[in-house]
Amino acid sequence: MELQTAKHGRLWIWLDERIGLGGLAKLAKKKEVPLHRHTFWYYFGGMTLFLFMIQVTTGILLLLYYRPSAGEAFESIQFLMTEVQFGWLIRSIHAWSANLMIFAMFIHLFSALLLHAYRRPREMTWLSGGGLLALCLGFGFTGYLLPWNELAFFATRVGTEIPGVLPVIGPFLRRLLRGGNDVTGATLTRFYGIHVAILPASVTLVLGLHLFLVQKHGMSRPLSVETNSEEKKAMPFFPNFFLRDLVGWLCALGLLAALAAYYPAELGKKADPFQPAPIGIKPEWYFMAMFQTLKLLPSHILGIEGELLGVLGFGIVGVVLIAVPFLDRSSGLGKTATRLAAAFGFTLIVYSVILTYLGYTMNPTK
Amino acid sequence: MATNETSLPVDHGRRNFLNWFLGTSAGAFLVAVLYPVSRYLVPPEVEESTAHTVTLSVKTQELKANSGQIFRFGSQPAILIESPAGVVRAFSATCTHLGCIVQYRSDISQIWCACHNGHFDLNGKNIEGPPPKPLEEYVVNLRGDQIVVSKKG
Repeated sequence: MELQTAKHGRLWIWLDERIGLGGLAKLAKKKEVPLHRHTFWYYFGGMTLFLFMIQVTTGILLLLYYRPSAGEAFESIQFLMTEVQFGWLIRSIHAWSANLMIFAMFIHLFSALLLHAYRRPREMTWLSGGGLLALCLGFGFTGYLLPWNELAFFATRVGTEIPGVLPVIGPFLRRLLRGGNDVTGATLTRFYGIHVAILPASVTLVLGLHLFLVQKHGMSRPLSVETNSEEKKAMPFFPNFFLRDLVGWLCALGLLAALAAYYPAELGKKADPFQPAPIGIKPEWYFMAMFQTLKLLPSHILGIEGELLGVLGFGIVGVVLIAVPFLDRSSGLGKTATRLAAAFGFTLIVYSVILTYLGYTMNPTK
Repeated sequence: MATNETSLPVDHGRRNFLNWFLGTSAGAFLVAVLYPVSRYLVPPEVEESTAHTVTLSVKTQELKANSGQIFRFGSQPAILIESPAGVVRAFSATCTHLGCIVQYRSDISQIWCACHNGHFDLNGKNIEGPPPKPLEEYVVNLRGDQIVVSKKG
């Protein structure tokens, strides 16, 4: 007992007796991070989590001033940006951190895809990650409407019209999303509820599962490293990798502060359902490739409406992406399937980068 | 093991019944919770404005050739245009592609949707870009200086 007191202090022992700190410490000591030439990519999962924590914190702060109705939403943000001390900073950090979080998440997704981290027994980790991506895109889409400005209004009109082009269930889905036939104050209230309650609760559950699975299976070693006969090197997570994580988070925080200070979030003009869509209207960058695809598709392809084909195409890509661990394994093609999965990942990256580039550079009036 | 089986005979019929009963009750409970929640999520049908005819606040003398403007047709946006030749027409302003609100572009004398670069001619016909259908056309009547727009049929 005396020896323990000397090593840990009384508080530690008191807590250990009640909540089992010793077990947690043992667990933390066991956790290791594989060391190889691709170790760098492991940082992006933690980075996404860090940015998500910033989102939760700044989101809660924004809730104190935001008013979720068509008559007051825009004005409440105007008040927040101009009158509330550091209101502009909190909102700008929330907006920028959302963008950086999605970016970190895409890097995390594509590194897991290209390094084949989804392979057995990590299929559920991949699926829960896919669920988290969908939830975060949902955060982005619903949050975009909340300022109730012109851009948000039309982005939501288009975004909610997209499931509406599906046959049979389309009109029902559109009504369900909008809370009515059109984008109105009812849509804003609905999106607000989804953004601040339904999505956070869902993310908490799925994120819990994702993190649990990461602890259970440990971090995946890429195939190229696993098959290599050289000794499997690893680094303890606590404190070695965690401290490196912290350095990354500090850099991200610095970048966020700089972006928020030099490029504060804009508010634009208040939404008016009886004004034409403004020239140069754009969605958030992570929806740009899809937006541009819909723009370039002709009205009809082989007698089918272009937008329907586009929407079906997005759906198929999403399903293939989610099903990669099962396609890779069950195809019986062995290494060929693994190469195909990598080719699919590269194609998706190249396609998204080109279409996003076109979306930002093409003359919107031609 | 054998003694256990003889001392505790299992009545499979009764156990199966209890399992079935428990399963059905749980199922019925779930349905009783999920049904009202799912109905709650679907917004109620709200009586839409059934306007078939609208008299615009803008007067005929205020119209300019080669221009257009958005007006309210019931709860929906509509567009009134005057062609370079002076013909006045009205259409639904909701783009047939993905529902954005269109505008009149005097530089090309066409109705245009900024969202996905859809073009419509002065008859509301989709002529370029992704819109799959023409815009719904309304009937325009000029009564003195008043402009009256009504649905066809």
